[in-house]
Amino acid sequence: MRHLYIWTAITVIVLVSATGDVLLARAMKQVGDVGALWRRQGLFTVASRILRNPCFLLGIVAMSVAFFSLLFGLSWGDVSLVAPASASLTFVANAIAARIFLHERVDRRRWMAALFVAAGVALLAG
Amino acid sequence: MTPRKYLVLAGVALLGPIGDSLLSRGMRQSGGISPHHVHTIIFSVLNPWVAAGIVLLLGFFASYMTALSWADLTYVLPATSIGYVVLALIARFLLHEQISLSRWLGILLISLGVGFVASGPALTQHPAAESHKDVADVVSSGVER
Repeated sequence: MRHLYIWTAITVIVLVSATGDVLLARAMKQVGDVGALWRRQGLFTVASRILRNPCFLLGIVAMSVAFFSLLFGLSWGDVSLVAPASASLTFVANAIAARIFLHERVDRRRWMAALFVAAGVALLAG
Repeated sequence: MTPRKYLVLAGVALLGPIGDSLLSRGMRQSGGISPHHVHTIIFSVLNPWVAAGIVLLLGFFASYMTALSWADLTYVLPATSIGYVVLALIARFLLHEQISLSRWLGILLISLGVGFVASGPALTQHPAAESHKDVADVVSSGVER
């Protein structure tokens, strides 16, 4: 049962945090350059524009679910398995999701970056 | 990319891994949480390590949101993974922990990945957004002056 709990938690973390990252990235692109907006219209405008964005709110919900799945996973599995496995798989899931849902140009350079970092994170924390 | 933007990326890179380390230390103290008593996870935040981790992760989140407002997700994530390398080097040279060969290989791979992505553009330019962005640049540069 222990392995089932751990790998279920890792799968949930990866899928939900990729969903959250994509939603948050979309929200922040809709909001626009925070630094420039802050200088032009002040912090209050920036904050209210972010907090009223539906993608941002959904992204926060997804991130909260991912966060509690991580706590759940960490309470069962070794940190040396749960943290690197979920972090490393999330890099790959994000590259796929960003290409499909955000239409980011994921060229060869970015694929290499995602895969190298995913492998590196797995080795580093493993 | 301006110095200020690199500072934001550094915030994403460092606050995230340090916050995560604090969380894992706190959660190991509190022990396994049964799925039948999953609500007890709420009380984990009372642990000081978990609480400190959450504070750092809030700072991480603010920097992350700022970075995503002017850079692609597939740029921000690999670029800021250099934080893992910095943490490992801190562990090696300040805390005098031993680093195994596979960890050095991990450090090398992450550094290469960061090099790949950092040598490219930070933001995908969509044709439809080009003219819009030009206007925004003119407006913001006007304000800076």
